[in-house]
Amino acid sequence: MPEAKLSLRGVEKSFGANQVLRGIDMEVAEGEMICLIGASGSGKSTLLRCINQLEPIDEGCVLLDGQDISEPGLDLGPVRRRIGIVFQSYNLFPHMSALENVTLAPRRVLLEAPVALQARAAALFERFGLAEHMHKYPDQLSGGQQQRVAVIRALAMRPEIMLFDEITAALDPELVGEVLAVLRQLREEGMTMLLATHEMGFARDLADRVCFMDGGVIVEDGPPGQIFSAPQVARTQEFLASVLRQ
Amino acid sequence: MNRRQAYEAAERRRALSIAAVSTLAVLAAIVLLVPLAPGWPAVRASFFDPAVFAQTFPTLLQAFLIDVMIFAWSVPLILVLGLAIALARGARRPAFFPLRIFGAVYVDVFRGVPVVLTIYLIGFGVPGLGLSRPWNSPYIWGTVALVLTYSAYVAEVLRSGIESVHASQRNAAICLGLNERDTMRYVILPQAIRRVVPANMNMLVALQKDVALLSFIGPVEILRQAGIFKSLLANFTPYVAAAVIFLIVTVPATRYADYLLNRDRDARS
Repeated sequence: MPEAKLSLRGVEKSFGANQVLRGIDMEVAEGEMICLIGASGSGKSTLLRCINQLEPIDEGCVLLDGQDISEPGLDLGPVRRRIGIVFQSYNLFPHMSALENVTLAPRRVLLEAPVALQARAAALFERFGLAEHMHKYPDQLSGGQQQRVAVIRALAMRPEIMLFDEITAALDPELVGEVLAVLRQLREEGMTMLLATHEMGFARDLADRVCFMDGGVIVEDGPPGQIFSAPQVARTQEFLASVLRQ
Repeated sequence: MNRRQAYEAAERRRALSIAAVSTLAVLAAIVLLVPLAPGWPAVRASFFDPAVFAQTFPTLLQAFLIDVMIFAWSVPLILVLGLAIALARGARRPAFFPLRIFGAVYVDVFRGVPVVLTIYLIGFGVPGLGLSRPWNSPYIWGTVALVLTYSAYVAEVLRSGIESVHASQRNAAICLGLNERDTMRYVILPQAIRRVVPANMNMLVALQKDVALLSFIGPVEILRQAGIFKSLLANFTPYVAAAVIFLIVTVPATRYADYLLNRDRDARS
């Protein structure tokens, strides 16, 4: 069996007395797309933030290509540029144009030459259908467009893995489609992806694997067909029943 | 005009007429009552003498240029030092701990001492060390006193601006692999500085007035020039003229700062 791109071993995380992750084990293979589903507060977002070390974990370890990136005291700059993350609230830099948002990190961190970088960024905007909005500022863009810029900004660092933290949750329903289309496109290009999402239809269509989280543990894990059609665990059944009824 | 607009127009007319009547009443009271005070003729002669006003105004205006000059070279120094102190106060690495302490003490001291005292202590104290010309100039040490005091205030304003930038912005920058320094320089500071421009404008208006305090340590700027005229002509009108000159500059500047503040608030709501 080939070594996993990303492995989580017994990851635990508490905020004060509140234990949010209670021992998470997970293997993500190169090119795999995994959807994390579960109620709010089940630990999905925290799990993603623990993977790129935005939140330090308390116990266990996170391995990227076999390297322990959760080791306390490790210089996280080089690790974080290999893992892209997109948040629910976009978090674009409001004082920069879309293009500047995208080129800042490659320019300062990867030290790319400005001319080549501009061309590469322009190609990214082109690829995701945002070429005409490249020079606009975040407040001139719709939520869906802002979120797509945030995806491009993360992709511009040429990450090996992409994490998506409920990136459609803050969008108006009619804007969700354009953002999901971007994810679909990335999926076709073979990007390794982890998504926390409430878009069950999307997870069912595209995920290689779906993990149902509840109370800080992965309760059930399997191919979408199995999870959505024949969930084994009672809690998964209840959750899906309540979500799919809506 | 629909019903709502008609109602609002009527309300506006009513408010406007009430405001006009009450303003007129207050003005009339001042104009009619003040001259009734027993000392009014004497006050009018010594504070509002048109001839003295006309005679001293041009020289005072010229002296005011010194205030403007001191102001002009103080502002960039204040902004640079204020930024440095604000950053020092936010430094997190253990090695920078002395910087943090220094920043905190600096701000406490210079915000806690009246500007006049700082000007006296530095303006008379430092040249007293026996410095030779031109290093004993009150222009230099007066400027230093103003810069020290005002950079403490500017530092505090900037720090509050830095803290007002939401943590998610910092997270987004860090997740892209930016280091602390680049995160501050490219993401946090540009947003923080924009937010505190109006507050700092008010600070600069206050500075423009406080430049006049340097008159206590020597430079013949507008306040001192007015004092010279007062002694010469045995009349206080030059002070009134000086006040008018200050108002010509500070009122538009304050209005502009208010405008910026309001625009900021509207943009955020």
